[in-house]
Amino acid sequence: MSRALLVLPLLLFLGLAGWFALGLTRDPSVLPSNMIDKPAPAFDLPPIADSLPGLKSSDLKGQAQLVNIFASWCAPCRVEHPVLMRLAGELKVPLVGIAYKDKPEATRAFLDQLGNPFTAVGQDRDGRVGIDFGVYGVPETYVVDREGRIRYRHVGPLMPADVEEKILPLMRELSK
Amino acid sequence: MIPEIGHYALVLALLMAVVQGTLPFVGASRGNVAWMEVARPAAYGQFLMIGLAFVALTWAFVVSDFSLQVVIQNSHSLKPMLYKVSGVWGNHEGSLVLWMVMLSGFGAAVAAFGRNIPPTLKARVLGVQGLVGVGFLLFMLLTSNPFVRVFPAPADGNDLNPLLQDPGLAFHPPFLYLGYVGFSVAFSFAAGALIEGRVDPAWGRWLRPWVLIAWASLTMGIAMGSWWAYYELGWGGWWFWDPVENASLMPWLAGTALLHSAIVVEKRDALKTWTILLAVLTFALSLMGTFLVRSGVLTSVHAFAVDPARGTAILILLLLAVGGSLLLYAMRAHTLKVGGVFAPVSREGALVLNNLLLSVSCAVVLIGTLMPLVLDAFGHKISVGAPYFNFITPFLAIPLILVMGVGPFLPWKRADLGAVLPRLGVAALLTVVAILWALWAHGVKPVMALVGAGLAAWAFCGAFAEIAERIKLFRIPLGDSLSRAASLPRGAWGTALAHAGLGIAVAGMVGTSFWLSEEIRVMKVGDQTPLAGYTFTLDKVEELRGPNYVTETGTFTIRDGDDLVATIDAEQRWYPVAKMKTTEAAIHTTFVSDLYAVLGDRTEDGTGWVVRLYHHPLVPWIWFGSIVMVLGGLLSLSDRRLRVGVPQKRAAPVRGPVAQAAE
Repeated sequence: MSRALLVLPLLLFLGLAGWFALGLTRDPSVLPSNMIDKPAPAFDLPPIADSLPGLKSSDLKGQAQLVNIFASWCAPCRVEHPVLMRLAGELKVPLVGIAYKDKPEATRAFLDQLGNPFTAVGQDRDGRVGIDFGVYGVPETYVVDREGRIRYRHVGPLMPADVEEKILPLMRELSK
Repeated sequence: MIPEIGHYALVLALLMAVVQGTLPFVGASRGNVAWMEVARPAAYGQFLMIGLAFVALTWAFVVSDFSLQVVIQNSHSLKPMLYKVSGVWGNHEGSLVLWMVMLSGFGAAVAAFGRNIPPTLKARVLGVQGLVGVGFLLFMLLTSNPFVRVFPAPADGNDLNPLLQDPGLAFHPPFLYLGYVGFSVAFSFAAGALIEGRVDPAWGRWLRPWVLIAWASLTMGIAMGSWWAYYELGWGGWWFWDPVENASLMPWLAGTALLHSAIVVEKRDALKTWTILLAVLTFALSLMGTFLVRSGVLTSVHAFAVDPARGTAILILLLLAVGGSLLLYAMRAHTLKVGGVFAPVSREGALVLNNLLLSVSCAVVLIGTLMPLVLDAFGHKISVGAPYFNFITPFLAIPLILVMGVGPFLPWKRADLGAVLPRLGVAALLTVVAILWALWAHGVKPVMALVGAGLAAWAFCGAFAEIAERIKLFRIPLGDSLSRAASLPRGAWGTALAHAGLGIAVAGMVGTSFWLSEEIRVMKVGDQTPLAGYTFTLDKVEELRGPNYVTETGTFTIRDGDDLVATIDAEQRWYPVAKMKTTEAAIHTTFVSDLYAVLGDRTEDGTGWVVRLYHHPLVPWIWFGSIVMVLGGLLSLSDRRLRVGVPQKRAAPVRGPVAQAAE
């Protein structure tokens, strides 16, 4: 076997390790979304059911709110769902959803089972809007201010501590 | 006091690991027997000390010693005892201690059972194992000490994540770690052989039992994890292509390839450089899984607390272990002599194809897991998720299982496919029967379901066709066949069982993926809902109190016509301390299908509940098949050929470094 070929695994590994090192320099849960402080991407998504409105970018203006990107096939979304229910319920935080790469009937079933915290849900079947937002895995949650600019991005399931420490203080500030 | 003993034991273990990771190497290169022999007591001592630390930590959890930080963060005085104990490894620090118990345990086992391994190789294998231990112990003591005290101690703890308070998950991590860590022995053998500059069939034979143990444990661990997801997440999904699941699947795929390529080394003295590389990569993937889960590079449900400092430490560990051994590989692998040659159509050829397909699968999972992150670093946005994996899986699984049926029939070196295929006639016939059955029972769509049913039957029947062939079933009197069956090597039975187990598991995956029926509706007490020929009745809903949660429990009766099938309880639990809700699905299994009920929220008018009901055909077979695979692995492990201390037919291992050098 050619000796050059034997070096290949090492080079590939070093490349990967170097990239991991780069990845470590960022705080993973507040990924440097290029979108921070910029207006949310333009979109107009159809509803998942007749009884619940769809979502378009102009809906994000007027008040500070949370945009949660989720899918029925995503396990962490199920984990964070009680947190979303509490946000929408007792904490009265305005919350809209984008159903990412999901069939509308599956999304409906998901919300029927676990409860619906959203005032509007847009179905993003091919994931285009998610990609415009910069989603790399559901769930992700964005805080959008009343001008419709993205102010904060949370990657992964929202846990009670995230809500207390990051989401609520920011929402209070934005709602002043 | 007891935590301090544990802490002290960890420091002592580190010192012993340092001895184990240095002196034996020097001894092996200088031919100093005494220095080589140091590896053995050092390995025992390291295991003993870490065992002591583990016991000390377990004690702290059992008595709820809230002066320890890990206990505060992961336990609660009201938690049931089982979860107090499993809380030991349900967190980052404690799981590292468990990891080290296993790593040093494997080291001690190699020291104790590897009597017929040549002393220089053994010294080097134990040395590498010691170095890995040094790395992990330093990591633990410097960044993740489980014995950190808090003063003043709080009155009670924060409780373990309720999703983790479950018998399935209590024992899932230990098996998973046993798998990951087991591959460290393969890694040590590979690194040892590279330093030694020699790989021969005997090396393949020494390697295989360790790979088998690791593989069987990992299979069990993954199966338990998916079983947990199935009943705990509340809708019967069993695999989500979650990054953390992928992190365990990758070493499994690479380890399965390693298991097979080691056979080629053992029987035919071929594929040596490839097998070495696989052994290194399998452990590298195990380490990477740990890195990904804990560094916060990936986020996931299962992920432990994220901490960039720990991430850096694991990355350095990864760089030293994997980078070091790959450097060794680049420098030394060409010195390994190329062994036996073989025709493309042969047992070796089939195993190469197996390795190729498994490695590609592993690469596909790796790319799917990392690509979104890689591209994000360059400012591109892409999403990879279940759709990507579901799309690509058939392309790899179909050829893999087809080859799996044929492979064991092929003779070594060169085979005649025309002569082999007719012997698979019965298996092919049964495969067609299975497809026809699927067609009759579930219709022509989706076509992939029929393909899947065929594959499952092919894997299952092919496995036993091979046994039938070897015992000449129905061609000689039955009694003679049985005596032949009894004298078949256990390895042959192990192969057949493992392959058949995969067939069973595939059937389960196909059944639940394609033939599932579900019903979501609001039910009031007394309402009935028909599903898949059964009738579900909601009998009552009660509010109950558990040890550390409150629950709303719905009782369903399931009837088939007028016959009572089962009465099951579905719960929705609220854990006030952790402020989390979990669903406990009610499952009744008939062993060929599961009836599954989930109680959702109460409707706004308060009279009904949102209820989800499922019929999951064949789903228990996923786990039944996995257990059969594990049994196959264990049976293979008990094969006399692999049993330690059995005299070998080949020249006895040369004793002593002097003779070794003269060779």
